[in-house]
Amino acid sequence: MYEHDVIVVGAGGAGLRAAIAAHEAGADTALVTKLHPVRSHTGAAEGGINAALQEGDDWELHAYDTMKGSDYLGDAPAVETLAQDSPEDTMRLEHWGMPFSREEDGTVSQRPFGGLSYPRTTFAGAETGHHLLHTMYEQVVKRGIQVYDEWYVMNLAVTDEDDPNDRTCHGVVAYDVQTGQIEGFKANSGVILATGGPGQAFDHTTNAVSCTGDGHAIAYRAGAPLEDMEFIQFHPTSLPSTGVLISEGVRGEGGILYNNEGERFMFEYGYANNSGELASRDVVARAELTEVAEGRGVNDEYVHLDMRHLGEERILDRLENILHLAEDFEGVDGLVEPMPVKPGQHYAMGGIDVDENGQTCINGLYAAGEAACVSVHGGNRLGGNALPELIVFGKRAGRHAAGEDLGEPQIQTGYGDDVEDETDADLPVQPGEAGLETAGGVAADGGVAADAEGILERTVERERERVDRLMDRNEGIQHAEIRQKLQKAMTDHVNVFRTEEGIKKALRVIRECREQYQDVYVDDPSRTFNTDLQQTYETRNLIDVAETIALGALVRNEFRGAHWRQENQERDDENWLKHTLISWNGGEPRIFYRPVILEGEEKTYEPKERSY
Amino acid sequence: MSTQQQEPESQEAPADPEMKGTQSPQERRLEEKEAGLDAQAEADAEAEGETVHIKVFRYDPEVEAKQEPRFDDFHVPFEKGMTVLDAVMYARDEFDSSLTFRHSCRQAVCGSDAFFVNGRQKLGCKTQLADLEQPIRIEPLPHQEVVKDLVVDMDHFYDQMHAVEPYFQDEDTPDPADLEEQRQSPENREKIKMSSRCIWCGACMSSCNIAAGDNEYLGPAAINKAYKFAMDDRESEEIKEHRLRILEQEHGVWRCQTQFSCTEVCPKDIPLTEHIQELKREAVKKNLKFW
Repeated sequence: MYEHDVIVVGAGGAGLRAAIAAHEAGADTALVTKLHPVRSHTGAAEGGINAALQEGDDWELHAYDTMKGSDYLGDAPAVETLAQDSPEDTMRLEHWGMPFSREEDGTVSQRPFGGLSYPRTTFAGAETGHHLLHTMYEQVVKRGIQVYDEWYVMNLAVTDEDDPNDRTCHGVVAYDVQTGQIEGFKANSGVILATGGPGQAFDHTTNAVSCTGDGHAIAYRAGAPLEDMEFIQFHPTSLPSTGVLISEGVRGEGGILYNNEGERFMFEYGYANNSGELASRDVVARAELTEVAEGRGVNDEYVHLDMRHLGEERILDRLENILHLAEDFEGVDGLVEPMPVKPGQHYAMGGIDVDENGQTCINGLYAAGEAACVSVHGGNRLGGNALPELIVFGKRAGRHAAGEDLGEPQIQTGYGDDVEDETDADLPVQPGEAGLETAGGVAADGGVAADAEGILERTVERERERVDRLMDRNEGIQHAEIRQKLQKAMTDHVNVFRTEEGIKKALRVIRECREQYQDVYVDDPSRTFNTDLQQTYETRNLIDVAETIALGALVRNEFRGAHWRQENQERDDENWLKHTLISWNGGEPRIFYRPVILEGEEKTYEPKERSY
Repeated sequence: MSTQQQEPESQEAPADPEMKGTQSPQERRLEEKEAGLDAQAEADAEAEGETVHIKVFRYDPEVEAKQEPRFDDFHVPFEKGMTVLDAVMYARDEFDSSLTFRHSCRQAVCGSDAFFVNGRQKLGCKTQLADLEQPIRIEPLPHQEVVKDLVVDMDHFYDQMHAVEPYFQDEDTPDPADLEEQRQSPENREKIKMSSRCIWCGACMSSCNIAAGDNEYLGPAAINKAYKFAMDDRESEEIKEHRLRILEQEHGVWRCQTQFSCTEVCPKDIPLTEHIQELKREAVKKNLKFW
């Protein structure tokens, strides 16, 4: 058994920042990650970091843009914290040596991004995430923070009180991918889940293959609710063949979208008469698919993104990486032809329900980054707001888990007094029940109070048994088949445009996947680097996460942000200024709601029509 | 289909067709192969459309049949734009789930999937199948210990990266709370730009003859990492001298024999050899200063 004060699971932007903060607060801190830190998906972020740095800009404008962009489903205390802390935290990165792009006077450059009233996106070429990730990993190396790389976290060790608010997380169980050894990691003061997004629930995604929602699923099964999972961001510019991301920076620098008739459709067809290509992402993604649906798509599939007019010098200076991506993955030279683009799954606005200190309703369990939902993005995340989320809330979670007092949170978590249960959801199938056999979940202590070590040991034992069971079986179904079926159903039915019938179809497929998963087995008999086993675990996690996405999408019968519903194409503030929460309660999802907080420090963000 | 070899447990598996239900797909494939059915399956696959023939290195210290390294053949249906990574993923998902390799972002930025493809270090995700001569040989990176199949032990690579003190160091760092960044000219930023693109894939180290013969040689990736800091004007002159001292050690920059193999294989086009030469010049300049 390994033991530390703070265990951070995942070593992307949020995890690294959390670990640095916890270490600086004096905690013995360790990172446990299924990849090596520099392989984390944060490295693929391209665009930049929103921070009100310049004269003429201020954090209040940033907060306002973010609330508007969220379609008024962001919680104001979280949004204001993001806007207030981002400038200092961004400058901290600069002092750690991050190679930001520069102006002639040597100051960091900023550029316009969609939905921003001021050009406040700080960037490093079109590879900001890569530099952010490496810069923070360098600081982890500098501080000598312990990293357990290529250790896959299988489950949390949590006590089994009836009410999740009374439960305590004592650590995690992980297995060493290289050797197959399964071990407990005891956390004396906190576990921080910074495991990134669940993009692999979809088959056309900009996300890495490693983005399987592991943190979401293990927190969910331990009793922490997942919040606003229906809000999935589809990025307007991903490459059609692979889903590889083409940064919003292209449009930020002046790139133009054309349909197959060479029309600049964002203006021609009135999708966004003021902002055009720089309307927020949900607006542009719907516009593109509408063009395709109405027969104005290129090859009936995508539209064109043109940056040729920016000139070679500017492209090479600010978007060089985009040229390489377009050439390597589509065979297109962005200097001489427009690039094919279409919407692709990109970011989960929802996630593990946490307050502005990163804490879940379970004692000692935290989440940060894309895995968490504070909520700063509400119904739609603005480009350039993910990286400040990582550093601002990663840092806060790290400090709080290490025992620093960050003040009383204003955001509630779990099942407080203010929640309202869903009572009339018309579900096509009884979700959730199947698959418990391999669910893991809350470490039972038989109702008898057990010490942290006992709980951890029992959880280790359960995971060892689970692995033995998966490896001992000689027949059944393999994870790849289930995963492909799940991904296809989600892309077919829970995509940019959603219908009640489609979402119900997806839920039925998810249910089938659950049932098939009862017969899943691992064909590779080796304990050495058994990716077959790891992916079998990941697939189970994807089933749970996909179900919460589809359930959230089904019950939210309104159109808000990225969540469009054919049956009701208008935002319904009277009934839906509230967060969707889904918890795993005794093996069955419970759906409930919590009101959104629109009251900020000094003002209330009144919902307005969102026009760009 | 694939030329699977027997797993240890399958040697005892009865060949009785009635027993098929208890066999793993690997065992079934093996049996089909023995019965000559794989030739038929292959013919079928080819009749349906174009396939690509890949030969993938296999080794697993734990599985008896894989302890002797070998190559397995896979015939993967081809679609325009398919990469080496797509092909091995297809082979794993459809033919043999024990086929093991690292991969994650599939967009050339996580650096996980550097393989030795037709005798050259390449990133699997950005190497088009159409550009390669068949059969395509896919092997783990040379000069690194093989953990299993295409997975190599990266610990030595990471150790070398860490040996150059790969983090920004400046004694006079002002408090960022006052929101003043350190100024850096666009020219200086441009100077370090290429060096900052390294994704730690290890292709350069694997291609370097010197690194292969001298385990202590820092190697192109680590030296490039040091270059990024040494050339950054935001660090002080004293720190730069400290960095040059690390680079000048016995197994540092002077080991480089400018063979350019690292530069040739770098998937991010970093002029690694040039960077090493420049650091040699800087080291000489520094030493002359003290004469």
